[in-house]
Amino acid sequence: MIALSNYLILGAILFSLSIAGFVLNRRNVITLLMCVELMLLAVNMNFIAFSHYLNDIKGQVFVFFILTVAAAETAIGLAIVVLLYRNKKTIDVQELDSLKG
Amino acid sequence: MTTATPNLLLVLPELVLLGMACCILLVDVCLSEQRKFITYGLVQLSLVAVLVILFLHYNTATTFTFSKMFVIDKLGNLMKISMVFVVLFIFLFSRNYLKENKIPRGEFYVLGMLSLLGMMVLVSTNDFITLYLGLELLTLPMIAMVALQRESAQASEAAIKFFVMSALASGILLYGLSLLYGMTATLNIVQMSQIIPSLSNAQYPVLLLSLVFVVIGICFKIGAVPFHMWLPDVYAGAPNPITLFVSSAPKIAGLAMGIRLLVSGMPGLHIEWQALLIVIAALSIGLGNLVAVAQSNFKRMLAYSSIAHMGYMLLGLLAATQMGYSAAVFYALVYAVMALGAFAILVILSRNGIEVENIRDLRGLNSRSPWLAFLMLLILFSMAGIPPLAGFFTKVGVIEALIGVHLIWLAVYAILFAVIGCYYYIRVVKEMYFEEPETDVAITYPLDARIAISINGLFVLVLGIFPGWLFALCRAAFGA
Repeated sequence: MIALSNYLILGAILFSLSIAGFVLNRRNVITLLMCVELMLLAVNMNFIAFSHYLNDIKGQVFVFFILTVAAAETAIGLAIVVLLYRNKKTIDVQELDSLKG
Repeated sequence: MTTATPNLLLVLPELVLLGMACCILLVDVCLSEQRKFITYGLVQLSLVAVLVILFLHYNTATTFTFSKMFVIDKLGNLMKISMVFVVLFIFLFSRNYLKENKIPRGEFYVLGMLSLLGMMVLVSTNDFITLYLGLELLTLPMIAMVALQRESAQASEAAIKFFVMSALASGILLYGLSLLYGMTATLNIVQMSQIIPSLSNAQYPVLLLSLVFVVIGICFKIGAVPFHMWLPDVYAGAPNPITLFVSSAPKIAGLAMGIRLLVSGMPGLHIEWQALLIVIAALSIGLGNLVAVAQSNFKRMLAYSSIAHMGYMLLGLLAATQMGYSAAVFYALVYAVMALGAFAILVILSRNGIEVENIRDLRGLNSRSPWLAFLMLLILFSMAGIPPLAGFFTKVGVIEALIGVHLIWLAVYAILFAVIGCYYYIRVVKEMYFEEPETDVAITYPLDARIAISINGLFVLVLGIFPGWLFALCRAAFGA
């Protein structure tokens, strides 16, 4: 049987990776969307691991809600990326600088 | 396992709003461009209906429904009523602007209603699931609204920044919630507050870590330093009516989220979250006020001023006393009204595709429209905290609460920065009253907007003269 801590470490690694992706990524907006997904998966990993070890079904129910909302979120995100490309002809993070001050 | 049928009567306002939003979405598709006023009428009618229901249920004692996931209490009702009022006024002010700028109106109203539904769920949450769903329902329609002006490169840039930041914020919040779930084995907020004191010392570091994540999530949502980066860009990039929406009602919902999670959920950890919030509030007040001074774009200036105001609001929350909480709620309600008025005037002034957004555009407003200039003066002075306007009493409330818990240095700091803050508000007043206008285009706006903006501006004055009743309502919401 795999210990709970292993799952949590995996979750923490995924979470840190996604945060690192946010901070380090200087090129593409799509990568940011992938980081968002990765972050939610890290959270799901935590919830499922806890839910299994606590013998409590509520954590798994929450995961279904997170998955559903994540899908809706990505739909909106991709729609905006399309819009952005149409208006600015680029999805480069560094070129998103017309608003500042 | 048996499941009792939830008491649907308690969530009637939310159900009405949801049902009407879906109906209006359908009706709007079938209407021709000339008949879009029917959509508008239906939207306002349903908001009035929701208000009536909320008023009828106002004095309900605290009750739970949906297996204790949803709580009805006075705090929730007070906040919901103010949010519905604010959204009703937003729609009223935006009507003309949307028509002239060819922004899809039906979509704007429906997205606004759904976002309002999210706010109402968030305010009444007593469970992580409803909290998360409410939060996302509040944010996602708002992101779509920012992107609603499809040809504008600025708006789509603002939308993607808003999207990325709020997705990051909810991810961080969720990670904190997952750790909390692991330690307490419950998703229920009230149950969690009973379990937390019984946790062992070994779990304390994890508890602290999850607390930090939760606080970061909350601060992202209300836009407090250092998690404020998205806010000025969204305010400046979005069309005026949408800035009006983003800047007002969601702040109340954000505070509600903070109260539910920190005050109801983790009262045992109040020393820890107080320390965190002191840092965040002090940074917000300082940076918000200082950076606002340097702005020439009025919307951006108000964005930084909103960051500072959120800092002041957090001062009430971090006092961790009944008095502090009610002061914070009072602050949020009054701030929503002030932001509503300030952006509404920008919406009214924007004509025929010309966006009024720079301080320069307000130059000589007094000679073009003395009444609008006077209302703007009231609102700006109120934001600056000059007596006898409402904004003065909000600041007095939070500072009184701080002194009550012996955080004198923080109170002095807050007052010092309030004085610095006065500078940039008064600078706008100077531009309005003592400069020559750059254009002499006549300002015309419909009668309903005229009445609404007058009510809004004078409300700030009247509330400043008689602040007692609203303050009493806020205190009653916390059982004091």
